Formats: sequence, C-alpha cells, structure tokens
Amino acid sequence: MKVQSASSLRSLFCFCFLSAFLFAALSMAPARAQLRIEISGVGASQIPIAVAGFADESISPQKITSIIKADLARSGVFRLVDTANVISESSAVNYGEWKAAGADALVIGSVQRLADGRFDVRYRLLDTVKSQPLSALSLLTQPQSLRVTGHKIADDIYEKLTGVKGIFATRIAYVTKAGKGYRLEIADADGEGIQVALRSNEPIISPAWSPEGTKVAYVSFEAKKPVVYVQNLITRKRTVIANYKGSNSAPSWSPDGSRLALALSRDGLTQVYLINADGSGLRRLTNTNSINTEPQFSADGKHIYFTSDRSGSPQIYRMGLNNGDAQRVTFGGNYNISPRVSPDGQSLAYISRREGNFQLYLLDLSSGQEMRLSDTVKDESPSFSPNGKYLMYATESGRRGSLSVVSVDGRIKQRLTTHTGDIREPTWGPFMK
Amino acid sequence: MLKLKKMTLILAGALILTACGSAVKLDDKAPVVDHSAGKADTRTVSTVDTASTDPINDPKGVLAKRSVYFDYDSYAVKSEDKPVVENHAKYLTSNKTRKVVIQGNTDERGGREYNLALGQKRAESVRKSMSLLGVSDSQMEAVSFGKEKPKATGSDEASWAENRRADIVYQ
Repeated sequence: MKVQSASSLRSLFCFCFLSAFLFAALSMAPARAQLRIEISGVGASQIPIAVAGFADESISPQKITSIIKADLARSGVFRLVDTANVISESSAVNYGEWKAAGADALVIGSVQRLADGRFDVRYRLLDTVKSQPLSALSLLTQPQSLRVTGHKIADDIYEKLTGVKGIFATRIAYVTKAGKGYRLEIADADGEGIQVALRSNEPIISPAWSPEGTKVAYVSFEAKKPVVYVQNLITRKRTVIANYKGSNSAPSWSPDGSRLALALSRDGLTQVYLINADGSGLRRLTNTNSINTEPQFSADGKHIYFTSDRSGSPQIYRMGLNNGDAQRVTFGGNYNISPRVSPDGQSLAYISRREGNFQLYLLDLSSGQEMRLSDTVKDESPSFSPNGKYLMYATESGRRGSLSVVSVDGRIKQRLTTHTGDIREPTWGPFMK
Repeated sequence: MLKLKKMTLILAGALILTACGSAVKLDDKAPVVDHSAGKADTRTVSTVDTASTDPINDPKGVLAKRSVYFDYDSYAVKSEDKPVVENHAKYLTSNKTRKVVIQGNTDERGGREYNLALGQKRAESVRKSMSLLGVSDSQMEAVSFGKEKPKATGSDEASWAENRRADIVYQ
C-alpha cells in the first residue's frame, strides 16, 4: 500500500480503501464507430475537486472543461464538486469560500484564439486547504489537438494531487472483429478519436506498441499463416519482421525500442527468440522440449518473462537476457499464461485458469501473494497503463467481446464496448512526448 | 358417259398416289445398310484431361480426406487417422513437385498465443509423421491458426471436437 508524502491533499489520496460504491454511466453520443465507457466502483478516499468553466471556452470546438471533468471522474480518484461558475486563470479566488463549499482543489482557466488559428489554453490548479496555487499551464494548441490539451491538463491535475503521472493523454490499440472483417484500431484512452490502422479479412492478434508510441507490431494472418509485422502509424509503412517457416507471433518490444522478443516455430516447437527492430540479428533464447511463448521484456530491459509448459502445463517463467537459466514465477493452479510486468517491476499481471474460468490475476513479485482482479470468466490479454495503476484486458459479456479496465487494487472498474462486433487484444500505449 | 370418265380418272389418280406413297418401290435400289454403329466417327474429338487422372482430385479417393482430429489436450496422431497421413505421404513421395501446408487448429478455450503454439504442435505432429514416411521437408510447411479460424462456432463439445484439427492443404 502506497502512502503519498507531503501535502495534506496527497495524504488524503491513499490506496488503503474503505468501500464506497458509485455507479456512473458515461455514454458518448455515437458519431461513427464509438467506444462506450461505463464506470463502476471508486476508491473510498476521493479528492473533492471543483472545475469551474473556463473563460471563453465556447470559442473552442472542444469543450475543455468537459474533457477534464470526464477524465477526473473516470479515474475514480476524484469527486467532482458541482459549480456553474466561470473563472479565468487570472482572477482572484476566495479560497475560504471554495473550501467551505467542499472543494479541496479548484481548477480555473481560459481559452483564447490566436491570429494564426491556434488556441492558447491556460489553466491554474489551486489548493483551497493551503490557500495557494499548485500548478499553472499555458498550452498553445492546434485545433485538431484540443482534446489532447484537455487530457494534458487533467494529467497535470492528477499528478499534482496524487504524485503519480496521469494517463489521460495516452492511447490504446485493440482489434475489432465484425463479420469476416478485422481491424486494428487506435483510440484515445477515453474511447474517443478512433482511427483505423489496419483493415484485413484475416485475423490480427497480439498488437504491441513501440516505446515511443509511433509504431505497432502485430501478427497478421493475411498470408494464410501467422507473420509478425511492424507498422509505422504515421507513414503507414509496414516491415515484415519475421516470416520464417512455420508460425511467427507474440512480438514484444525492448524498452529502448531497438529489439523485439518473439515466438517462432521454425525449429518445430514454439520457442522464444530475439530480433533487431529491422528484422536482422535473429537469436534463439529458449531451448527446451516444450512450448516457450509470450515473451515480455521487463521495464529495465534485463529480463524476459514468458509462458512455458516445461513443467507439464503452462506457467510463467523469468530469464535473464544474458544467461539461459529460467526461474518459475507462478505456482497457483496449473494454467498461468499471458505475463505482463508492471512498469515499476514489482508486480506481474497474468491470466489464470481456475476451475475452468480464465481470470485476471496480479502477483506481487517479492511476496509471491496473488490477487484475483476480475469476476468474469473469459479474460485475455492484460495490459498495464504506463503509470502502472490500471490494467486493461479483454473479456466477454453476453457472448460479445468487450474491454475492461480495473485499478490494480481491484476497486475501480470500467467497461468499454463497441456497438457492433467484438473487441479484443487491447494494448495500452506509452506516455508520449 | 361423263360419270364413268370421272370415276376412271379418280381411280387412276388414287392408284398413282398409292404408287407415290411407296417411294422406295419407285426407286427400287438395294437399301443402304449402315454398319458404322460400332465404329467411331472419324470427326470425333475426345478430351484427355491429365487432372482427371490425378488421384488428388478424386472426390471418392482416399486423398479426399485431409483432416486429422485430436482429443482435448492431445497432439499425437491417433491410430485411426494414420491412414490419412499415410495416403498423403505416399502421394507426396510419388509427386515430388507437390507441396502442402499443414494447418493446426485448437478449440476456443484458452489464450490466443498459447493456443497458437498448441495448434502448431498438432500441425507439426502430422508433418513429422509424414517426414518419417519419406516426405521431403521442402514439400511441407506446418503452420498454426490457433483458435483464430474455427470451423464450428458453437461453445459445445461437438464444436470443440471439430476445431481440434489439422488440415492438409495442397498449394
């Protein structure tokens, strides 16, 4: 359990929760294909915060304060205090009044349009308990990037009040299947701004973001066998990373983006290999008479976690990159797959089959304690948010594939659905500059 | 008087007409008998189809069966499927320019990547059996679809059994 240091606001924010249950449904008016997000559960200890209207924000095609409020509410960590006030960042503020109204923090700001068509979005974060400003930003923004600016402000609020980097400005990638068509899609973490990266009539699985967030590796079956591609999202250029004889799959990027680990069956059984990001320099890492697959680099780049059935059934192992010895990491039950290490290296998320149900688990790597994080029975493909506070995974509700998000303490839950077809294989994108 | 002439004319006409009715008799030649019923017309063209003699295309032949089925959590070719493997191995060793892709599949239960590896085990098992029967490596590739391309879409035992399968696909 982490207790934040310093300010009284930070000490309010603690992950030792009592239970409080709040159900809020946020449904976006569907424009084209849209992701619908429902939230359930909150941390018991929530920071009460008021977000005033920004001066002149109606001149912006995106309502900045709506984006900020939706982000803060979705995190489960804030309780929004209602206010109809519009307050520009240059206004004087009566801290006592706001504290009396129940808000420990206040967000104010303004939007101006510049002559060159850009917007200047300014904001201030005020601590009403300490009666002092906490943060201020002025963000020069192209019209098409106004949503990102709203998310960046929400990230700044989150970080100043919790001590943890916010993930509101991140993106997710996932695969949709509708009829015989498959699509690899990229969306903002709030489900907006969906863009299609790949359309295919054959399956797409195992997408993986490059560390700087501009490329995605994935497995495509368009050649009637599994082949690993890397696609540059900006230029659309695709590189075949691995098309060896047999099946090629499970790409995972090294933290510095120079290499990928992957699973190849070119020698008969599926084994773990390393390869350079341009497809050169193939090097075999595992050599047992069993399946070795789903390699994942640790955040420090020194270890690979992977799935192996060398014990007779699939379990998760860790091996150092420079020596071949592998240690077994999972011991609960007889079927543990899909390892994902947290960004701080302290925990491991995975899918475990217990009594026939496939469920998301989280393992504390130092204590060996495991915790079940989901109540559904067909979970797949977990992915940590880059701040390590949330896990996104695929599951099934009513025979349709949907995505779920859960906080790592299990309290805060979200569900993302698409209105037609199945959605699966989520992967959370990195922090971007 | 007139009546008698008329009658004679009519009678004569009738006689002539009956005579015309049997034209053969007028010609009075020997009938031409056609003996050619058993012999081919010299203008016949009969098609030779080399494909039709290729056993791979015979829908009733042993090579029509191209799938091998597996029990749950099993990756070895069962004895009842050995004839399928043997028949295709025999064909491939006699037709060294033919190539096959062996596609392995699993049922829907379990993770995608692990199932991809399990499907690969099934394809590889068939490939290995054919290799031991003399088929050259250059004629075969074992690949997996894991659980991505199920033939049966139900979530019951019958659908699962149908999907635990390796298919031999000629290129």
